[in-house]
Amino acid sequence: MTVAVNPTQTGEPLFYLADEHPHPEGYSTSLGFWIYLMSDCLIFAMLFAAFGVLGANYAAGPAPKDLFDLNLVAVNTSMLLLSSITYGFAMLTMQQNKIGQTQMWLAITGLFGAAFIGIELTEFAHMIHEGATPQRSAFLSAFFTLVGTHGLHVTCGLIWLVTLMVQVGKFGLIEANRRRLMCLSMFWHFLDVVWIGVFTFVYLLGVLR
Amino acid sequence: MSPDLLKLIFGRLGLESLPLHEPIVVGTFVVVALGGAVLLGGLTYFRLWGYLWREWFTTVDHKRIGIMYMILGIVMLLRGFADALMMRGQQMLAFGGSEGYLNAHHYDQVFTAHGVIMIFFVAMPLVTGLMNYVVPLQIGARDVSFPFLNNFSFWMTVGGAVLVMASLFIGEFARTGWLAYPPLSNIGYSPDVGVDYYIWALQVAGVGTTLSGINLICTIVKLRCPGMTMMKMPVFTWTSLCTNILIVASFPVLTVVLALLSLDRYVGTNFFTNDFGGSPMMYVNLIWIWGHPEVYILVLPAFGIFSEVTSTFSGKRLFGYTSMVYATVVITILSYLVWLHHFFTMGSGASVNSFFGITTMIISIPTGAKMFNWLFTMYRGRIRYELPMMWTIAFMLTFVIGGMTGVLLAVPPADFVLHNSLFLIAHFHNVIIGGVVFGAFAGINYWFPKAFGFKLDVFWGKLSFWFWVVGFYLAFMPLYVLGLMGVTRRLRVFDDPSLQIWFIIAAIGAFLVFLGILSMLMQFAVSLLKREQLKDVTGDPWDARTLEWATSSPPPDYNFAFTPVVHDNDAWWDMKKRGYQRPLTGFKPIHMPSSTGTGIILAGLATAMGFGLIWYIWWLAAASFLAMLAVGIGHTFNYHRDFDIPAEDVIRTEDARTKLLAGAK
Repeated sequence: MTVAVNPTQTGEPLFYLADEHPHPEGYSTSLGFWIYLMSDCLIFAMLFAAFGVLGANYAAGPAPKDLFDLNLVAVNTSMLLLSSITYGFAMLTMQQNKIGQTQMWLAITGLFGAAFIGIELTEFAHMIHEGATPQRSAFLSAFFTLVGTHGLHVTCGLIWLVTLMVQVGKFGLIEANRRRLMCLSMFWHFLDVVWIGVFTFVYLLGVLR
Repeated sequence: MSPDLLKLIFGRLGLESLPLHEPIVVGTFVVVALGGAVLLGGLTYFRLWGYLWREWFTTVDHKRIGIMYMILGIVMLLRGFADALMMRGQQMLAFGGSEGYLNAHHYDQVFTAHGVIMIFFVAMPLVTGLMNYVVPLQIGARDVSFPFLNNFSFWMTVGGAVLVMASLFIGEFARTGWLAYPPLSNIGYSPDVGVDYYIWALQVAGVGTTLSGINLICTIVKLRCPGMTMMKMPVFTWTSLCTNILIVASFPVLTVVLALLSLDRYVGTNFFTNDFGGSPMMYVNLIWIWGHPEVYILVLPAFGIFSEVTSTFSGKRLFGYTSMVYATVVITILSYLVWLHHFFTMGSGASVNSFFGITTMIISIPTGAKMFNWLFTMYRGRIRYELPMMWTIAFMLTFVIGGMTGVLLAVPPADFVLHNSLFLIAHFHNVIIGGVVFGAFAGINYWFPKAFGFKLDVFWGKLSFWFWVVGFYLAFMPLYVLGLMGVTRRLRVFDDPSLQIWFIIAAIGAFLVFLGILSMLMQFAVSLLKREQLKDVTGDPWDARTLEWATSSPPPDYNFAFTPVVHDNDAWWDMKKRGYQRPLTGFKPIHMPSSTGTGIILAGLATAMGFGLIWYIWWLAAASFLAMLAVGIGHTFNYHRDFDIPAEDVIRTEDARTKLLAGAK
C-alpha cells in the first residue's frame, strides 16, 4: 500500500488520511509466522549444538555404528521428503480452487507424515529394547532429544493438518483457510529442512565416526 | 485412603509441603491471605468482577494490556524487594557468631527468588508494558499486529508469576541462585520441588515473552503509519524493535536449556550430569547465550525512554539520531558475542578469554556514543527538571559508574579476582537499577499522563526519587568495597567483624530504597486523589515531540480517529510547528479486534499444567495439556474476531475531546 505523503495540491502538508485504510486481515501473518519459524529454528540450533558437544560421549555405551540402520533411515527420510512434495501439490490445487483435490493431497501428506512418525517410533523402540535408552549416555540423551523434538514437531503438524482439513471441509477455501494452509506449508517444509540436517549430522556423520 | 491413591491424586504434594515450620513464611502468608481476602471481598462487594473480566482480563487493547503489565511489575517489585530487605537484614546481623534470623534453607531460597523475580517478573513486565503501551501510539497504529496473542502473552507472564508466588506458600523455591547451574540444580542435589518451580515458572512466562517479541517486531515492521520510514521512527520504537529482535533470538535458547535440565531431572537423561558423558559447563554456556542478550533486552528500551525524555525536556531535537540508531543496532549484535565473560574462570584459555574480554569492552563504545548524544541534546537546551528528566540525569551519573566497573570486570585477569564477588553484585545492580529501573520510573512518570489523563504528583515523586537515588548509592557502594576486599556473593554468615559496618551501611541504603518505593505508592495514591488538579486535557502535557502526544489522554480505543501521516522524526513537534489543525468532521467507522477470554483460559491451563508437573500430579498435567489443546484448536474455529466501531461512536468521542480542548484554552 503506497500512500502519497507529499503536500496536497494546495500546498498544505497532509497530516492524516481522510479515508480509513484498515490493514487487510492477516496482513502481518506471514511475517509473524516467518519470525516464529526462525525462533523455532533456534530451538533446533541449540539441540544440534548440544548434540555436537555431547554426540561422541558414549560413556562406554553403544555408538552410532552399533545403532543406526541407514536403510531404515533412508526409507524414513523419503517418507518425509515425499510428504513435502505432496504438500506442494496441495498448495497448487488450492491455488486452482479445487477443494476435493486439495483435501486429497493433504490427506496423502498426512499419511506420509504418519508413516514417518511410525517408523521413527519403531526405531526408538528398537533402540530402547537393545538398552540404548536416553539415560544410557550423553550421546543418546542428545540423540533422542534432537530427533524426538523433530518428531514432536511433525506430530503437531499432523494435528494441525487434520484441524485444517476439517476447517477447509467446513468453511471451504476461504481467505483465512488459505492463509492457514500457507503457514502450515511453511512449517512442513521447515521440518523437512531440519530433517535434512538431522539426517546428515546425526545419522550419516554418526555412522562415519 | 491408601498412600498409593493419595500419591496418584496429589503427587508429592502433602501437608508436610506447607512450610508451617518457618514462622516468617507463615506470617507472610497470614498477611497476604488477609490482604487478598480484603481485595477479593472488595471486588465482589462492589461487583467489579464482570467489569474486570469484560474490560481488562479479556481485552486485546494494547494500552490496557500495557497497563496490566505495569501493575504486574509493580506488585512483583514489592515481593522481590521484600526478599532484598531480608537479605540485607541477614547479612547485617550475621556477625560475631550470630546466625542471623534466616536459616540456610530459607536464605538460599530468598536470594534465588530475589534474582528470578526481579529480572523475569519485575524488569521484564515493566519494560514490556511500556513497549506495549507506547509503541503502537508512537507509530500511529490502532493496535499491535496480533492483538489476541498480546493478551495471551500477558497472561502467560502472569502464570509464571503465579507459580513463583505459589512456591512461597506451597513447597519451596529453588536454592540454586537465579540461573540454577547444574550439577547443583540436578535431581541428585536438588531433589525437591524448588528447581521445578523455577523451571516451569520460567517456561510458562517464556512462551509469553517470545510471542510478545514476535508480535511487537511485526507491529513495528508492518503497522507504521504512512511517511514513517525506518529512519523516521522515534528512538524508543527503534530500541523496542532491537529489544524484541533480541527476545526472539534469545528466549528460545532459554526454553531449550531449561527443557534439557527438566529432561535430566524428570527422565534421567545426561545432558548436565557429571557422569555418563554429561557436561555441566554446557549449561552455563547455553544459559548465558540467553542471559547476556537478556540484559540488553532490559536496558535498550530504557535507553529509548531516556532519549525521548531528554529531547522533550531539553526542548530540542535529539542530538545524533542516526548515530543513536546505529549504536542501538551495534549493541544488539555485540550482545551475542560476549556471553563467556560471565565465566572467564571456566578455564577456556587465554585466547578465548581475550576474545570475549575485547568484545565486552567494545560494547562500551556505542554505549558511550549514546551517553554523549544525550549530553549534547541537553547542551544549550532549555532543560525542564520535571520528574522524568530527574530520573534521566540520575541514570546518566549512575550508569556511567556501572559501565566503568563493567569494563573493569571485562578484563579477564581482574575478573579472576572479582568473579562472583560482591563487586560483581554491585556492578550489575548499578547498571540494572541505574539503567533499567530508573528508566522504567522515568517512563512511568513521563507516560502516566498519557495513560490516565492526569500527571503524577511532584512532591511524592521527588521524595521517591531522592530516597531511591541516595538509597541506591548507600546500598551498593559498600558492596564495591566489600567485593574488592574479597567477599563473595550469597554468603549467609560472616566471621570478620571489620566487614560489618559496610553491611550496616548497605542495609540503611536498602531501607531508604524501601522508603522510595513507599513514596512511589503514595505518589500514585495522592495523584489519584488529586486527579482533578493534576488533570491534563490537551493530551500533550510536556510539550513533547512524538506521535503518542497527538491524541487525547487517555487515548480512545482506536488511538487515532484518522491514521496520521508523518514527515519528520519528531512527528508531533513538526505538526505543531506547521499549524496542524485537528480534524473535526468526516469520521468513519473504525475496524478493531474484539475481546476474547481464550488467552486467560489458555494461560490458566498452562499454569495448572506447570503446577501438575512440579508436584508430579500427572493426571492434572495431562488433563490441562489436553484442555489447552482443545481450547486452542477450538479458538481457531472462530473466524470472526473483529468488529467496527460505528462512526457515531467515533464522532461522540471526538466531539467530547473538542469540547475539552475548547475549555482548556
